[in-house]
Amino acid sequence: MAEFRMPSLGADMETGTLVEWLVKPGDRVKRGDIIASVETQKGLFEVECFDDGIMGEPLVQAGQTVAVGTVLALIQGEGAAATPSEPPPSAVESPKAPKPEPAPAVPPPVTATPTAPSERILCSPVARKRAQELGIELSLLRGSGPNGAIQLSDVEQAAQASGRSTSERTAPSPSSTAQEGMRQAIAVAMSRSNREIPHYYLETEIDMSRPLAWLERENLKRPIRERILPAVLLLKATAKALVEIPELNGYWLDDRLQMSKAIHIGFAIAIRDGGLFTPAIHNVDQLSLSELMRALGDLIERSRTGRLRSSEMTDATMTLTNIGDLGVKTVFGVIYPPQVALVAFGRIMERPWAENGMLGVRRCVTATLSADHRATDGHRGSQFLDALNRHLQNPEEL
Amino acid sequence: MSEPKAIKTTYREAVREALREAIIKDDRVFLMGEDVGHYGGCYAVSKGLLAEFGPERIRDTPLSELGYTGVGIGAALGGMRPIVEIMTVNFSLLALDQILNNAGTLLHMSGGQFNVPVVIRLATGAGKQLAAQHAHSLEGWYAHIPGIRIVTPATMEDARGMLWTALQDPDPVLIFENNTLYNMEGTLAENAGPVDIDKAMVRRPGKDLTIITYSASLFKALEAADTLAQQGIDAEVIDLRTLRPLDDATYLASIAKTHRALIVDEGWRSGSISAEISARIMEQGFYHLDLPVMRLCSAEVPMPYAKHMEEAAIPQVESIIAAAKRMVTHG
Repeated sequence: MAEFRMPSLGADMETGTLVEWLVKPGDRVKRGDIIASVETQKGLFEVECFDDGIMGEPLVQAGQTVAVGTVLALIQGEGAAATPSEPPPSAVESPKAPKPEPAPAVPPPVTATPTAPSERILCSPVARKRAQELGIELSLLRGSGPNGAIQLSDVEQAAQASGRSTSERTAPSPSSTAQEGMRQAIAVAMSRSNREIPHYYLETEIDMSRPLAWLERENLKRPIRERILPAVLLLKATAKALVEIPELNGYWLDDRLQMSKAIHIGFAIAIRDGGLFTPAIHNVDQLSLSELMRALGDLIERSRTGRLRSSEMTDATMTLTNIGDLGVKTVFGVIYPPQVALVAFGRIMERPWAENGMLGVRRCVTATLSADHRATDGHRGSQFLDALNRHLQNPEEL
Repeated sequence: MSEPKAIKTTYREAVREALREAIIKDDRVFLMGEDVGHYGGCYAVSKGLLAEFGPERIRDTPLSELGYTGVGIGAALGGMRPIVEIMTVNFSLLALDQILNNAGTLLHMSGGQFNVPVVIRLATGAGKQLAAQHAHSLEGWYAHIPGIRIVTPATMEDARGMLWTALQDPDPVLIFENNTLYNMEGTLAENAGPVDIDKAMVRRPGKDLTIITYSASLFKALEAADTLAQQGIDAEVIDLRTLRPLDDATYLASIAKTHRALIVDEGWRSGSISAEISARIMEQGFYHLDLPVMRLCSAEVPMPYAKHMEEAAIPQVESIIAAAKRMVTHG
């Protein structure tokens, strides 16, 4: 028997709304199947299951909002002879327990969340309630009470500062909720990053003439739909550099660096009406450039239509941001916790370039590494940028 | 119509007037206890009453709390309205069997046939150097017992007015009079009469924190609130008046406004009435709290005899001020 729980789609997510069940009780499901869609502050996600088996009766109905970790349904193991006509498995297990019809008022304790455990915020009950009424994110506040606990006055000051009326105490209007929600979610993650992560930054100028010349030749051979964007080269070179410098690929959890074998690169995608996603492209180091291009295209398409998968939202091991289109030269990125590094690329543009005593005009890009100084030092970081450059200069091997 | 004249009096005289009124108005009422007659009461509360009303109504008893409290309960069952006086709450433990096992239970055990309209007055509290066998505040313990009502008059009006209302109650009422209050001087309306024994009262309105207290600690809390006000802290002071049944609504309404609660209780902290109130605030007012409930109680020692140690053992104006300031400023 496996429990299918409300996933945590980011360290900042506390609750999610089950929008739709995509399977019926009695359906056979296998690991990786998309079985439900869930809405969070960041948008609509398709949620995969992690077990093989037979889908049980839903314990949470579409439309209900529940805490992260709440059991949404039980999945009967393959061996067990479960038929849809049987009572829900929970009733079988504990015949005395009442059938859990509506969402339990108190969600079951979260035993394991897939993301970093966040510290409980010390906050007085009345302050917590008022913050909820005013739509104020507690993690952004500094508490003035005993042991730094957030108190009513802290919430009301924050409300005043942000221009929210403390007397009205109305929830934000529905039309602005989704956008505000995403803003809040970004605010939480980025505040945590700046609060907890001692960033260091390294910047280098990369001559892109060779890789771009190669790419243009390569693209000429391809039908238009299969042509590769420069961003794909940057992604793949980043992944190959991470193979060499694994300390930048993983998480800072429980006060130590936990490196990841798999290289899943979160790719920052701006949303048209504001905000951004950083869904992961999985196993970037193992994909060919064509596969990577398809994966990237698919990801961008799905982020804009709101069909991202839960695992994509949570398992990036490093982030790449590429706002080159907009003309900025250098980007100093903020690490997405609990990751330990972020690489950022500015616009590829022509610049004067001195080499072997000669001055020329080359297409260049500025690569910036933001890294967590708890996990690595500048020396290791500079080796990463060096490896990145080396791989870009050998595009045929990417 | 002109305002009723206010007369200068003492808490002791207010209690005595209440006794006189009861004896005059209802011929079923009589007072019994150790030294209440010829000696005039250990705290001189009943001085002169024997001469005025005679030995039928003012009855000296042997030094036998268990015995005469039982007699009082029997008289109440028999249709009388006895007022039993127990010299101090410490001695009342000898009568606890009568109070808990008879007075508190008979209505229940008789299937509602026998109510026990007895009133028991007890002196309580420290502050007179009467040491560890005379000076404890056990009213909180009594408030644990179902079937009896516990009242703690602090003001002149309550000293004067609670007795008559208690006598009208068909069930046992215990009136705890803090012995340090008997000498308290004050004024009382000439026509002062019965008061309710159900409601807590806000004795001083404020907005920054709620001080919940009763009996003699009320005046310490009010004095502390005056000092706090000079320092910019506006404390609301609540006089519980009745410890059983507790008037939850009054202090919960106050906490909904101030979001901070300090309970001042001369009883020992562990298992006290302050613990009960704190639990009720947690159960019913949790989402109004901006700070954990704080308690200021007596040191958990037998009451010391030495004056400075006795003072140090119970809540004082200074310790109330300090606790309130800590709560408001976290200093």
